[in-house]
Amino acid sequence: MLTLHCPNCGRDVDETDLHGGGEAHLKRFGPGSSDKEFEDYLFMRENPKGVHFERWHHSFGCGKWFLAARCTNTLEVFGTYPAQTLEPPKEIMDKISGARPGWSWGAFK
Amino acid sequence: MSNAVSALDGRTSAGDVTVCEDGLRGMITLRGDLANTKLKAVCTGLTGVDFPAQGHANCVGQQGLAWMSPDEVLVMVHHDKVADALEKIAKALKGQHHLAVNVSDARAVMIVEGPYVRDVFAKLAPVDLHPDAFAPGTFLRSRLGQVAAAFWMRDAQSIEVICFRSVADYAFALLEAAAKGGRVGHFPEG
Repeated sequence: MLTLHCPNCGRDVDETDLHGGGEAHLKRFGPGSSDKEFEDYLFMRENPKGVHFERWHHSFGCGKWFLAARCTNTLEVFGTYPAQTLEPPKEIMDKISGARPGWSWGAFK
Repeated sequence: MSNAVSALDGRTSAGDVTVCEDGLRGMITLRGDLANTKLKAVCTGLTGVDFPAQGHANCVGQQGLAWMSPDEVLVMVHHDKVADALEKIAKALKGQHHLAVNVSDARAVMIVEGPYVRDVFAKLAPVDLHPDAFAPGTFLRSRLGQVAAAFWMRDAQSIEVICFRSVADYAFALLEAAAKGGRVGHFPEG
């Protein structure tokens, strides 16, 4: 069972109050992009055993989105941060590097 | 005007912990910039309570303010004062981006009261209800069983709940069953 900190309400909330929203930090490829880019944007997802970045929706609470960095293997949560960011905050990256040296995820490492 | 009737028409379940539907309550969902002084002023003016901090609610009797999300506050007033309140909000926030909607008839209010009221809620909601984490003033949005609900303490032995009107019967039955199920004894009693 996961307990995630919702940065919008400032509360630690239970997984059952939340709804998973899939992979975080997707870059949209729309009109003007190649078929390959569009296909990757639509279908290709990270599926790691280890460090992962996800979107979560606090659906039974404030109704806002936030992002979480966690380990899919151990369920360790490295941190949560606002959805209005293009990359994870430095302190979360540092924390992951401390716990999982040599990790990488998409463009992040 | 039509004769307004609350969801459960004042249904009450007596016991060590009583569950009581509280009848009609005027509720306005107000979205906007909560840091805005005009928004704060009109809210406090309508309800006579201080503007709540994040995760808090201030209520006196039927009137109150509850922090719903970073851009939403719930304004509670007497049921027959809603139209008047909406007019005042529109006037105060004229020209500013905001949304104010009368949601009174979409909601139900219940009051649960008794010595082990925390136990009753702890059986139903996945939240920390220890007195250190949940005390009068704290406002929680979570779920009861399978439905969304928001609740806060009126005092050490009573909790007020709001839920959608369409699930009022379910929420009442849950609370009633949890109350009849008796004390768990995990929390220190207030």
